[in-house]
This record gives sequence, structure tokens and C-alpha cells, in this order.
Amino acid sequence: MFKGVLEKLKQGLAKTRNAFRRVRDLFSGNRAIDAKLLEELEEVLITSDLGLSSTTMLIARLREAYQAGRVKDTSQLYDYLKVELKQMLTQGGNVVRMAAEPPTVVLVVGVNGSGKTTSIAKLASWFTKQGKTVLLAAGDTFRAAAIEQLAIWSQRVGVELIRHQTGADPAAVVFDAAQAAAARKVDLLLVDTAGRLHTKANLMKELEKMHAVLGRKIPGAPHEVLLVLDATTGQNAINQAKIFHEATRVDGIFLSKLDGTAKGGIVVAVKNEIGIPVKFVGLGETPEDVEAFDADKFVDALFAE
Amino acid sequence: MFESLTESLSNVFRKLGGRGTLTEQNVQEGLREVRMALLAADVHFKVAKEFIDKVTQLALGQDVLKSVNPSQQIVKLVHDEMIRLMSAPETPFPWNSKGPTVVMLAGLQGSGKTTTCAKLARWFSKKGKSPLLVAADTQRPAAVEQLKVLGKQLGIPVHSEEGGRPPKICERALGVARETGRDLVILDTAGRLHIDQALMDEVKEIADRTKPQQIYLVCDAMTGQDAVTSAKEFNDKLPLDGVILTKLDGDAKGGAALSVRAITGKPIRFVGMGEKIDELEEFHPDRLVGRILGMGDIVTLVEKAQETMDVEKAEKLQQKLRKADLNFEDFLDQLAQMKKMGPLKNLLAMIPGMGGMADQVDESEFKRIEAIVQSMTLKERRDPELIDGSRRSRIAKGSGTSVQEVNSLLKQFRDMRKMLKGMGKFKKMMGGKFGGMPGMGGMGGMPGMGGMRPR
Repeated sequence: MFKGVLEKLKQGLAKTRNAFRRVRDLFSGNRAIDAKLLEELEEVLITSDLGLSSTTMLIARLREAYQAGRVKDTSQLYDYLKVELKQMLTQGGNVVRMAAEPPTVVLVVGVNGSGKTTSIAKLASWFTKQGKTVLLAAGDTFRAAAIEQLAIWSQRVGVELIRHQTGADPAAVVFDAAQAAAARKVDLLLVDTAGRLHTKANLMKELEKMHAVLGRKIPGAPHEVLLVLDATTGQNAINQAKIFHEATRVDGIFLSKLDGTAKGGIVVAVKNEIGIPVKFVGLGETPEDVEAFDADKFVDALFAE
Repeated sequence: MFESLTESLSNVFRKLGGRGTLTEQNVQEGLREVRMALLAADVHFKVAKEFIDKVTQLALGQDVLKSVNPSQQIVKLVHDEMIRLMSAPETPFPWNSKGPTVVMLAGLQGSGKTTTCAKLARWFSKKGKSPLLVAADTQRPAAVEQLKVLGKQLGIPVHSEEGGRPPKICERALGVARETGRDLVILDTAGRLHIDQALMDEVKEIADRTKPQQIYLVCDAMTGQDAVTSAKEFNDKLPLDGVILTKLDGDAKGGAALSVRAITGKPIRFVGMGEKIDELEEFHPDRLVGRILGMGDIVTLVEKAQETMDVEKAEKLQQKLRKADLNFEDFLDQLAQMKKMGPLKNLLAMIPGMGGMADQVDESEFKRIEAIVQSMTLKERRDPELIDGSRRSRIAKGSGTSVQEVNSLLKQFRDMRKMLKGMGKFKKMMGGKFGGMPGMGGMGGMPGMGGMRPR
């Protein structure tokens, strides 16, 4: 069986990669919306990581719209899906909540390797360009050289960094950083945290502690908790979002590494099932490669080749 | 790992098992659920489809429909097909007899290459090799620094250069290894996107210049459908020898492993099971598939248990387990043994049917359970059936817990005995594959688990 899968996959991969083009072909034709088309659509949505339940839901809605005559044939399919997805993704807003009185504190969390430190550099660059003053806190005191990595970024972006030694209590870093942010009257404090798999209960408790320390130093802090989600992540992202949300509350997703071939469709499921919207998108390795989330662009890319 | 897939499939099979005979219809219904489970586990759409098609074909053959016990046979079909998909012939590690052996790691950003390099270095140095780590990731800020720190922790030298192109750095590292008498060179390359032509050319150049004996693709277990795309590009560009699957200590179902195996044809060689430098294991398809199908990872568990357990005690316990006449005295014994075996949740994940609990368990709850058992008299521990209402309230008082907690522990204990009885049947069902289950003693600590409250 294995050989068979292998051969078929090898032949079929070009097709897989062009799945979206095939769908666009479907969109442009005047095909009826039948079982076969829905099956092809299912494949497209699943292969972009939307997940089973969001895919099933979209297809059920489409079927309903078709039966009600709101979608007549495939020429209207694209617009219909785009409107549905866009509405889903933008409901509740996609903008960072700023504190009434600065500093606004943004806590950045995520699993190992999702791209937190790079994403923080991007956020620092993004806010600096908007004329805000930014302070960074090196809250990842666990991973070897994580502090050095953030220090290099802070120099490149030109913002200051509050740091302790590797192995220090991250809550203490956060404490100092919050104090410094208030004293220096910066607009934003961006807090890096160590990558942690959401299943490690003790590490999640550590995060709760950092969260609590921030709140005690600065009323309402952290005003925004961003979960950095690697665009290549599959269905596990839902668990990640759920458990981080339980621990620290998550207000938004920073979708990293969207410059690859992964579509990041899992954010549809995360929004759908947990209610957390995407706020930023990371698209490369330099600090400038960041954009505020744009649902139109995202959905277009979802259906691009 | 694979907990939820395990659960979904268990449900399917429970369903199948609950019916007297199999019809074409319920075979297909069952397999539809298997397909959904595979997709939910991030197995690629096409791989899942092929897999289901194949198993459907096999299942709808006469053998199944006429067999005495059709549902068991379907479990076995799915099991065997999955093993076949994940298996590879065992090949001895191709040591280079003429100079240092070169191992190269490549992969996407954040897949875990640097950590895995350190783990491999430790793995091989435990086997008597003297590795040299090479910091060829000049891309990510402080990546070189990270490897240096890890090397220092391990007491393993790290070759790095200020500036310079990675292919040159790696080439020179071979010379350094020869001069300093290191017989293994591990190359940590920069994370790169499979569509970044310049960087893909660079990684190929590294391979061309250093002629590694083994090139591994490092793949994050949490990867979704795109795993096939990136794996294919890396496989096209580099003569990959195998895959290392990382971050399997989380709750990712890891279906990407099946996809990557199918698309590259390359075997999974190692799995990363945690952030600590020694948390690397060899990949065993039978264990993995065993976990997928809800049989837990008995073999790994047993091995772990054997490393730490008192053999004589283990054998005694094993007998007791077979007869399902476990008591709380054994439990206390086991508790002590288990503490030596490492974090409870890692153990839980290996046990059939307990996978889902692994991430709900709060280790400190264990202490409460221990307190409850300690508050029982010797007689009570040996014969839990003795424990009536007034004894329960005494035990609760003595342990500083509540009668409810005591009740729930006792209930779990009874369930555990029942489950052990059921195990015998299960063993037969799997055609004796997981037969002997030697030294299941490691599971002795289980009964208490149920008393723990989910976090």
C-alpha cells in the first residue's frame, strides 16, 4: 500500500499545490453545485488546514445558500465563500487594544519554535513606525541564548530591552520591565516569554504568574495577550489556543511564517471554535515583514495557487 | 502523543465491537470515522484517502465478512496497514571508516534543529562517539550562541566562525574534527523555507561539500497539511536519509509523520520528547501505531519500568496484574518505583486508554492519593473490600481529604482491576502481537490516577 500512496502522491502533488487553481476554475465555470464539487471544495479547505468542523460548517452553509437560491452556480461560489470567511474572521475586530493610559502592555506567548522572539521584533518595528515608544522585556530566561537573540533584535530595531540572566525568574523580569515602562513613560511594553508546549502545566502556571505580576504593577495589564501561531501548524493550534486562553486569556493571534506555502487556514478554526481573531501576520525574517491582519488579503491568498 | 487519534479510533472500534456482525455498510461507516480521525490528526488529505481506500478494499474482502470475529479483524487491518506505512527496514548506522562521520540536520524555521543537534550529540556520545557540533546557522540571531551554550552544557565542542558562508564553515569543520580527533560531526543548519531558492541551494551546497553519511529532515509534530509540501521540496533538494519528529511530548496528534513518510518515502528515525537534552528516542513504528490504535505504548513503558524497577518485585506484580488481584500495598510500592521513572504524564501517555488524561493530571494531586493510602491500615490496604463507610470517613480525616476523594479512589481502583481483567482479552484480540506484555508492573501505579482531579 505504501508504494501506491507514494507514487500517487508524487504524481499528485503538483495537483495538490494547484488545488486552489482548480477551485478557481470551478469558481469561474457555470457548474452546478453538486456533491462532486462540494467534495473538491472539502479537499481545498482541508488541505489549507481549516480543519474538519469549520470545513463541514462552511459546506453546510453553502449548501443551505444554494438551496435557498442565494448561490446559483459556481460563478457565485467564490464571492459567497469570501463573504462568509471574511465575516467570520473580522467579527469582533482585529485591532490591538491600547490602554487608556500608557503604557500598553502586550504579552506574547506561544509554543516552542512558533516564532515569538522574531514576532516581537516585528511588533516593535511596527509600533515604532507608528510613532510609539517601545520597551522590550526578555521574559524567555529558559532557552539558551534567547535573551541574546532578543538583544540583537532590539539593537536592530532601535528599542530598549529589560533583561536578566538566563535561568532568572521570568516574573522578576516582568516586574522590572513593568516598573521601567511606567517610569520611562513608554507607550508600549512588549513582553517575550519562553516557548512552552501548552500541555506543560507547571510552565502554564509560570505564565499565569507573569500575567498576574504585570496586572499588579500596571492596572489592566497585560492589555493584550498575543498568541504566536506558526502558519504551518495543523489542528493542534486549536488546543494551543484553548489552553493558552485558559491560562492567560488570549486576545489575538500573531500568525507567523505566512510567507511559506502553508495557508494558515487553522486561524479560521481558531476564530470559529475559540473566538480568537488574528491581529498580525508575519511574512519574512526581517523586522519590517509584518502586517496588520487584512481579511480580504488573507482570504484571497487562501484561494490563490 | 497521538492521544486524540487514539481516542477517536477507540470509539470507532468500540462501536464496531458492539455489533454482532459486520456489514458492508458499517465497515464503511467505521472507516469513515477513521478517515475523520486521520484528518483531525493532520494526516494529509490524500494520504488519508489512500489509506482508507486500501483498508476498505481489504475489509470488504470475504475474509472479514465471513470471519468469526469481524470487528477485531478490522482493528487488525487498520493496525497492520498503518504499521506497514510507517515501517522501514532496519539499517545499521553508516559509520564512515575513513574519517569523521557527518550527520546533517535541515528543516523549516522553528522545527527544533538546534535542540535536536544537541540531543543527537548526547545520544551518540553516550554510545561512545566523540561528536563535534557545527554552528552553521548564521541566519537567526544568536543561533550560534544557543548551540555554544548547549555544547557547553554537554561538554561537547562546538565549531563556529565569525562571518563566513555556511558551506565553507561546515567544510572547515570536517578538518577541525580530523585534527582534534572527533569521529562524528553534527551540522546545525539554518531554518529555511522550502520555497526560498537561494537558501535551498545553500543547504544543498553544504551537503555536496561535506557528503554527510546521514541527512535528517527535522519536522515539527504539530505541522498541518503543508507538511507534505515542505517535506517534498527538502527531499527533492537533498538526499534525505530520514526524518526526526520533534515536540511529540505535547498533545499534537502527529499525523504529519504519516504524511511525511508517505511523500518522502524516508523513515522516521528519532522522536523528540521534551526540552531536556536527553529527551530523544529512537522511532518505533509498532509503538507509534500501537498508540494510534489505543493500545498505548506498552513496550516503551515496559522498557522504562525495567530500567528502574526491582525485577523480583516486578515479576510478583506482573502475576498479580494478570490475576487482577492488585491491592493498595502494591500501589504504594509502585508509587515509589514510578517516581523513579520520570514525570507521571509521560507515563500516562503510554498507557492504553489513559492518553487523554496525561495532560489533565496535576502531579501534586498524587500526594493526596498517597496520603489517602497511607491513612489506611495494613489490613485495609491488602483487602480494599473491607473499607466500609466508617472506615472511609476515618481515612478521609486521617489523610486530610474528603470522603468523596476516598470514594473516588476506591472506585478507580475497582475499575482498574476490571480493566486489567479486560486486558487479557485485548491481548488475544491483537493476535498476540503485543503478547507477553512482560513487566507490566510499571502500570501498577495506575489505580490511583483516577482519583486525581483534572486540572
